[in-house]
Amino acid sequence: MGSIPRFWRNMQSRYNLIGRRCTRCGEVYFPPRNFCARCRRRGELEEVQLSGRGEVVSFTVIRTPPEGFERQAPYVMALVRLEEGVMLTTQLVDVNPEEVEIGMRVESVFRKIQEDGEAGLIYYGFKFRPVEEDRP
Amino acid sequence: MKRVAVIGVGLTKFGELWETSFSQLFVEAGVKAINDAGIDGSDIDALYVGNMSGGRFVDQEHISCLIADHAGLTPIPATRVEAACASGGLAIRQGVMAILSGMHDVVVVGGVEKMTDLVTEKTTQTLATASDSEWEAFMGMTFPGLYALIARRHMHEYGTTREQLAMVAVKNHRNALHNPYAQFHTEISVEDVLRSPLVADPLRLLDCSPITDGAACVVLASEEKAREFVDSPVYITGSGQASSTIALHDRRSITVADATVNAAKEAYARAKRSADDIQVAEVHDAFTIGEILAIEGLGFFRIGEGGRATEEGETAIGGRIPVNTSGGLKAKGHPVGATGVAQVVEVVLQLRGEAGKRQVDADVGLAHNVGGSGGTAVVHILEKG
Repeated sequence: MGSIPRFWRNMQSRYNLIGRRCTRCGEVYFPPRNFCARCRRRGELEEVQLSGRGEVVSFTVIRTPPEGFERQAPYVMALVRLEEGVMLTTQLVDVNPEEVEIGMRVESVFRKIQEDGEAGLIYYGFKFRPVEEDRP
Repeated sequence: MKRVAVIGVGLTKFGELWETSFSQLFVEAGVKAINDAGIDGSDIDALYVGNMSGGRFVDQEHISCLIADHAGLTPIPATRVEAACASGGLAIRQGVMAILSGMHDVVVVGGVEKMTDLVTEKTTQTLATASDSEWEAFMGMTFPGLYALIARRHMHEYGTTREQLAMVAVKNHRNALHNPYAQFHTEISVEDVLRSPLVADPLRLLDCSPITDGAACVVLASEEKAREFVDSPVYITGSGQASSTIALHDRRSITVADATVNAAKEAYARAKRSADDIQVAEVHDAFTIGEILAIEGLGFFRIGEGGRATEEGETAIGGRIPVNTSGGLKAKGHPVGATGVAQVVEVVLQLRGEAGKRQVDADVGLAHNVGGSGGTAVVHILEKG
């Protein structure tokens, strides 16, 4: 990564799950977009705060991590469909990989995503964990 | 569409080719293809090159010029085409369109990738740039990880088994035994796959295509011009290309390869063929689940039936529709930018009857190349003259 403006541009969305909704067709976009793929020029997008609650559509455990994630491996990555209908790619935390299953209810938490080496930027953003009230 | 002749083909050995440079790879495949066609350098009107990431893999952009220069083809126009792992297939399509437009009569299309100059972590990172960099890779997602998400969901929705995925790799390794250009000449068993290290659950090392150096090249010509050089060439009779979302999380369904479905639809329509007419196919098995998605999306089997069909041997040599007779990306190797061109080379060899011990009986074949987790797909249909 290594670019401050590049991270700064996405900060609202990564920190607070701010998406976009098309005022014409109602389609919700997360990650946010500036152009409604359905209405195109006729669409108009407004910011929308997403609930941060959803369920696991699929998941995997990453055992050969990319650069910057070596210390976290093995870690769970999942596709989560939010209550608003959009799907996102996220890490699942506070859970044993063996306990994760498709359909599991999850909620967003604010965590460190990665860092640029020892003296570089630290990137924060959303991760997801099992819904608290579902825990035994 | 009007058909376009393939009058020459060439391949380098695929593998970890420490001693061979990026441009050497391309020149070797190119010289073989031009010799095979029996043409002279002065007959060539234009050059298209599929390449995913010369910039990251070997610190070299502007590779179209580099290759035209090192192949002694200046001043003809040279164009690089990029769509991640589908770069080669797209380059073929650009060559086909250049001829069908009437602009050129003889076009050389090559694909090349030099992947082993980087350490594995850097290679993994480079391949991950084929995904959504900001919202998939940034979060810690890897390329095998994306296909693992697809595999897990396919198993959940359709009952595809872990063993059925392994059988794709077993079959393709068996096919590669008879392909002298393949990276691997090692037979493997289902147990070998299931015992190999986990990369991204449920996918294991032997579900994944390897890191490979290699180049492939074809010479295309208009039907009229082809007659000057070759008696009965193989023809490209259909071409289709489609796009989907770059991120897997934006896909309507992650278990149906919609770009593949749409590209196939176009290619079948242009060739006036259907899935039932295809007798041999090279498909994009970068991961074992990829071959299952491909044979379903191309219409060889119903959605959800690809695993069962593989288990029952329908895609093996001798089966109803032999798939990846070359060994596929899994065992032949996957030099990403070269793959789409190499697939066409294999189908041409099969249709010419030059595939040696892996030869099947076929008059109509298909090549299917995918970029990213399914964001780009390109399909070509080839037929005997």
